[in-house]
Amino acid sequence: MTGLVLWGPGAELTWWNFAVGAIVNSACAILGCFLVLRRMSMLGDAISHAVLPGIVIAYFLAGREAVVSLYLGAMIVAILTALLVQTLNRFGSVPEDAALGIAFTAFFSIGVVLVSNFASRAHIDVDCVLFGDMDFVSIDRFYWGPFDLPRALPKMLIALVAVVVFVGVFWKELKIASFDPALATAMGISAIVVHYLLMAMTAVVTVAALEAVGVVICVAMLIVPAATAYLLTDRLSTMTLWSVAVAILSSLAGCILAPLTGTNIAGMMAVAAGMQFALAVVFAPRYGLVGKGIRAWRLSVRIAEEDLTALLYRDEESKPTTGVRGLTIEHLLAGVGGGFTGRHALKKLQQRGMVELVDGARVVLSAAGREAAESLVRSHRLWEAYLVEHFQLPLDHLHEPAEKIEHFIGPQLQQQLAAGLPKADTDPHGSEIPPVK
Amino acid sequence: MLDLSYNTIVVLLGTALLGAGAGLVGSFSVLRGRALIGDVIAHAALPGLCLAFLIAGRKNLTPLLIGALATGTLSVLLLTVLRRYTRVKDDALLGTIRSVFFGAGIVLITYIQNRSTEGSKAGLTSYILGKTAGMVAADVQLIGGVALAALVCVVLLYKELRLASFDPGFARVQGWPALLLDNVQMTLAALITIVGLPAVGAVLVAAMLILPPVTMRFWTDRLSKLLVGSAIIGAAIGGLGTLTSAQYSLLPTGPVIVLVGTAFFVVSMLFAPRRGILARAAALRDFRRMLLRQRILSRLYEYAEGPTSEDAWLTESEVATTFDITPAAARHAINDAVFGGTLVPRSSAKGTEYGLTDAGWDHAALVVRGERLWQRYLVEHPDLAGQLVDLDLTNIDDYLPADVIRKLEASLAAEGRLPETSESAASQASAARRQGGRP
Repeated sequence: MTGLVLWGPGAELTWWNFAVGAIVNSACAILGCFLVLRRMSMLGDAISHAVLPGIVIAYFLAGREAVVSLYLGAMIVAILTALLVQTLNRFGSVPEDAALGIAFTAFFSIGVVLVSNFASRAHIDVDCVLFGDMDFVSIDRFYWGPFDLPRALPKMLIALVAVVVFVGVFWKELKIASFDPALATAMGISAIVVHYLLMAMTAVVTVAALEAVGVVICVAMLIVPAATAYLLTDRLSTMTLWSVAVAILSSLAGCILAPLTGTNIAGMMAVAAGMQFALAVVFAPRYGLVGKGIRAWRLSVRIAEEDLTALLYRDEESKPTTGVRGLTIEHLLAGVGGGFTGRHALKKLQQRGMVELVDGARVVLSAAGREAAESLVRSHRLWEAYLVEHFQLPLDHLHEPAEKIEHFIGPQLQQQLAAGLPKADTDPHGSEIPPVK
Repeated sequence: MLDLSYNTIVVLLGTALLGAGAGLVGSFSVLRGRALIGDVIAHAALPGLCLAFLIAGRKNLTPLLIGALATGTLSVLLLTVLRRYTRVKDDALLGTIRSVFFGAGIVLITYIQNRSTEGSKAGLTSYILGKTAGMVAADVQLIGGVALAALVCVVLLYKELRLASFDPGFARVQGWPALLLDNVQMTLAALITIVGLPAVGAVLVAAMLILPPVTMRFWTDRLSKLLVGSAIIGAAIGGLGTLTSAQYSLLPTGPVIVLVGTAFFVVSMLFAPRRGILARAAALRDFRRMLLRQRILSRLYEYAEGPTSEDAWLTESEVATTFDITPAAARHAINDAVFGGTLVPRSSAKGTEYGLTDAGWDHAALVVRGERLWQRYLVEHPDLAGQLVDLDLTNIDDYLPADVIRKLEASLAAEGRLPETSESAASQASAARRQGGRP
């Protein structure tokens, strides 16, 4: 093993590896977005495995320089596979996942058998199919004018350009067909045509990627960057850009980490992509586990805050205006289930001046706090009154739903509820509904 | 020629047992719509194999398989957790998990290859596409053990697994431990996949779980037969695949076994009686012809109701133009009807014409009665039209209660449009339909 060389003699190889990886991975990633959105990942996966016999036969018949026949061979097999899966599913009543499993294992097996038999003539071997051979791709050069380029580069660039052009030209159609297939059909965009075009393009990127990264990693690059991007955004254009970013970063990480550890570049790229997916699962702003957890906690803090002010308000209501004011901290915290969330909520209320501490240990509402509490209690009691008025619920069934929904009733809904009641001044239990300020 | 040496017999026994076990376990996976779970487990097993190799240090099967089982199980666990807590859909999760785990496996394999000098390189890569040559008696015992465990589980839990496969919701509501049953099934799938790795390889072992049940499914509708048949087919695939690949030393075993299985599958799909594609195409063709004959009879009946009964004769070419079919199809339908005794030819100025026989008349009256009752029913209950599809396929006497039929008949009779059918003919026809035959 040579280890990592980033500059000086031999560095060229590292950078060509990176360039080749970035090109094929980006092509895969862009296309992958549509596969993931259309829930066709497994079909894309199957196609990538299945095009192998097409590639081998094209190599065998036309030689490895004949790029066009290579692409054609792969596209034909891809469309055949997609057709076969549909036929098995529709006419043979084989469940779709089983049909996929059968189609791709069968085609891949044919491919492996062909590769094993014609290995020497087709310049492709089983290891290359499985692992790819990035270093060979970068070392095997040709001269294009004065430029010394990897022989496979034009083929890969063609795939990338084809994907970009395909996505650019059919952007609107792909977008509609991905998000609302029914609407697409209604608008005259044939979902079937889009389906088969996507399959054909999957074959194209597989052809480009196969030599460099092998079949399985090609699948990784089709699906993982897109799945990662799917966690990061809701916009298709942004998702496409993110997936390319993930693909390029994976290539970089693969080209640096693999030589350092003496391992396979393509495998390392897949692992790097997997790491990014894991990071997105945990840290994605909106859909990540941490983000979701924080939002859920914030919501429970807000609800605890509101419950605290409502507790204080009801306490004020039930007591004469003279005498001991407010509630003890222990009493309040017990009322909202205690714990860290409750204490945090109380502290925040105090910071925001909604409650004040009197006599060292008792909490009372400030004017601002009382106003907020009134609105909440108004929501609660309006809801109870509304349930009785329109659903004839018994009195002991009112508090619980109102306790839950009160936190999500704003001024507008309050108005609507009040309008739906004959008189909006007392709730079914006889307590006063605080009027609007 | 076949060389049935001790080694070959060992390998043969191993792959046949593997096929039988996989067929048994795979039946439930396919029925539950989890055909690809074996694929995920197999791909994910690769890094576990390598880690176990790094730790245990030599190519000893048992620790390797434990490692494989560990990461394989981890992948299923991850799949379940991510499905529950992220917005990424099933298909993308399956693809992500299996390709990333496989990538990690490749990284580890190359790491081991570059590090070690023990010449154990070939050992690990053979787990990707399978190599039965290295199989020894101990491996076969392991495979046999897992297959036996699968058999015992299936026999003991037959009723429970059957219910959980066909109606998981009902099983849960009935208080069966649905989660436990699921886990039993998944564990068996994982075990058989893992012990199958050395023989068939990670990329293709999933096919061992899928091919036997899907092939057998063309031959039977019964779970018991599906299970027994899948086990037999699995064993046959494994055995034949091994024998075939033994002839070609260049080939990995996995692809050969898969191709043998695919051949079984294709033959069954095409030629199986009743459920095969050809049988179904034939049944569909017969059904269409039956419909066409009915339409010809009912058209003749309606012509006969007209002012002159002379109209109730049609030539072949008139039939073809009336129903917009090819002359050949018309001739075929008419010949069938003549042969069946419902049409009779006569010569006329127009050429050979065909009209209803007495039997044909009775039959046509039944058909027309059914058509008109349906029409009347839909006229009176247009709101129900949307629910009633395939009216041609549904016998109205089987579908509607007798009092409704009587009302409809009275309403048709008032207009003189109720065909006269003999009670005996009607009840015969109805009985024949109930037995699945066609009048």
